[in-house]
Amino acid sequence: MNVDKRPVVFIILATLTILAGTLFTTFIPLFMGTTTPSVEKVIPYKPLEVEGRDIYIREGCNNCHTQTVRPLPFETARYGPPSKIEESAIDRPHLWGSRRTGPDLARVGAKYPAAWHYLHLKDPRSMYRDSNMPAYAWLNERKLDTSYTEKKMRVLGYPYATEDMQALTGKTEMDALVAYLTRLGKELK
Amino acid sequence: MRQDAQYDYRAIKGFAISSLFWGIVGLVVGLLISLQLVYPSFNVPPWFTYGRLRPVHTNAVIYGFTVPAAFSLFFFLVQRLSRTRLAFPGLARVTLYFFNIVIVLAALSLFAGMNQSKEYSELEWPLDIGVVILWVMFSINIIGTIMKRKEEQMYVSLWYILATIVGVAIVYIGNNISVPVSLFKSYPIYAGANDANVQWWFGHNAVAFVFTTLPLAVFYYILPKATQAPLYSHRLSIIGFWALVFAYLWTGAHHLIYTPLPDWIQTVAIAFSIFLIAPSWASVINGYGTMQGQWEQMRSNYLVKFIVLGITFYGLQTIQGPSQAIRTFSALIHYTDWVPGHVHMGTMGWLTMTLSAGMYYMVPRIYNTEVYSIKLANLHFWLVLVGQLIYSVTMWTTGIRQGAMWQAMDHDGSLVYPNFIQTLAPNYPFWNMRTVGGVIFFAGFLVFVFNIYKTIKNAPALEKIQERDVAQTA
Repeated sequence: MNVDKRPVVFIILATLTILAGTLFTTFIPLFMGTTTPSVEKVIPYKPLEVEGRDIYIREGCNNCHTQTVRPLPFETARYGPPSKIEESAIDRPHLWGSRRTGPDLARVGAKYPAAWHYLHLKDPRSMYRDSNMPAYAWLNERKLDTSYTEKKMRVLGYPYATEDMQALTGKTEMDALVAYLTRLGKELK
Repeated sequence: MRQDAQYDYRAIKGFAISSLFWGIVGLVVGLLISLQLVYPSFNVPPWFTYGRLRPVHTNAVIYGFTVPAAFSLFFFLVQRLSRTRLAFPGLARVTLYFFNIVIVLAALSLFAGMNQSKEYSELEWPLDIGVVILWVMFSINIIGTIMKRKEEQMYVSLWYILATIVGVAIVYIGNNISVPVSLFKSYPIYAGANDANVQWWFGHNAVAFVFTTLPLAVFYYILPKATQAPLYSHRLSIIGFWALVFAYLWTGAHHLIYTPLPDWIQTVAIAFSIFLIAPSWASVINGYGTMQGQWEQMRSNYLVKFIVLGITFYGLQTIQGPSQAIRTFSALIHYTDWVPGHVHMGTMGWLTMTLSAGMYYMVPRIYNTEVYSIKLANLHFWLVLVGQLIYSVTMWTTGIRQGAMWQAMDHDGSLVYPNFIQTLAPNYPFWNMRTVGGVIFFAGFLVFVFNIYKTIKNAPALEKIQERDVAQTA
């Protein structure tokens, strides 16, 4: 049979060929315990942290910062213990990243207090003369938009209390982003 | 040229021009973000910061430049190889208008910070639906034309076109399944390691089907046409095709070496990445084999220059890529500038050289004329070649340098460069050199656009006659 004379057969065969690797490396792992670990030990995100994470995504921080420490000696010496699969188990989307124009942030929350992040985000070059990070002082002037926060929490399936929602009042986008950054590395109970 | 009246070229012209326009936009943004990395004052918040512009650059060159170039070239190839008229010329024109609307909205939404964060898959869900509709409209036309073909056998270019159609559809939809929160915001249904695994299954196969099977379809058509020599081995192209579309899908996790993703998925990806050298080089060998006894054309024929250098960079790319998948090498270069250096050899070398050859071949034929200036085409060739080499070599160099600095440890196990900024600052001279390479490449692209523009403008009145013939036969 000449598949090059039968386009329909050809398309079906090509589709099956493409689906083979898809099935084994991508689809089947979705249902395996090793890639879908228990979330019992994971501390769910608070509403303010969810909003901060969404600002991290909106500003494309993941284009320059990774969030995964590799199990290599020079890596753990710089950033701390290797990332564990449980630590990102509830992350939608994951933010592991692919490029380190700046340092890895997987454990940055344990490294610096909130006050450090406020100063650094406002003017990175006041701390590191040679830094090339854009300044994010303008996030201080923008009130956090909370109109979708409850819906986000429901879609993501994170539990929250009324006081968590009240904690959003009067917060700026900078507050939310710093709340998210100071959580990084403290995912597990 | 009169027999051309049986073909419909109207949407093809629109897509070619759209591709060149969005190509310029993508490259200008590329130059801007290159400057931003060295001079932070080029960041103008909120719309023009690096974090928002980098996706604009990647999306503009993938969806703005490459995809319409493919729509244009594929609508051309499918008619010629099927010896029949495009199945639905009206639909093709609707596709053209809809495409440009989607791209404008895509650019605006990325400037505004609406993105899913997944690389090359940043567009939010309403635009994803737009992209899928576009792809379906395009596919209907291609498959419809093939179904009513007058040439029984499908040439290998048509295989690669069909693989592109199927592959892009599967990975794009698979990676973008998400739950909307609002019109401008959604969350993926996958979480954590699964989300990363799905993303890089997509990410690497966007490379497979947009940057590999897509230009290969053009390569296999233009190479014998430009050289006037028969393809070296049809059998090799068949084996290469099936092995390539089989193996590519297993390799995505080589982007996730040393991450928390289970080791077995990483190892499978590494093994298949090494295997991919074989089908990739099947096309390289086919290219060089076809050139046997034709090598003097590298001096005399500008089209041959583009296509042979293109396939040469493809060959280098497909050796370098699998090497990067190996754990030891990945430990050194992953997360460094080596990777953009690698990507840009593929895009500035293999992809644009091949698409340029395709355009130089196609545009004079659809406008019934000759190319405006072969001298300018040669200038274009040298500028993009030199620009790309400067870009890639500087990125590889500084990537290894920074990777080595990250790894450097004293005998007592402490880091030699404990402060990250110590490893960052030495990038700046290399990054300035990268901008220089980018400017040279951009100059080459502008020469290309000018050459195509003049070719179209100088098209004889004959072209108008043909347009009328087409309209009458429609």
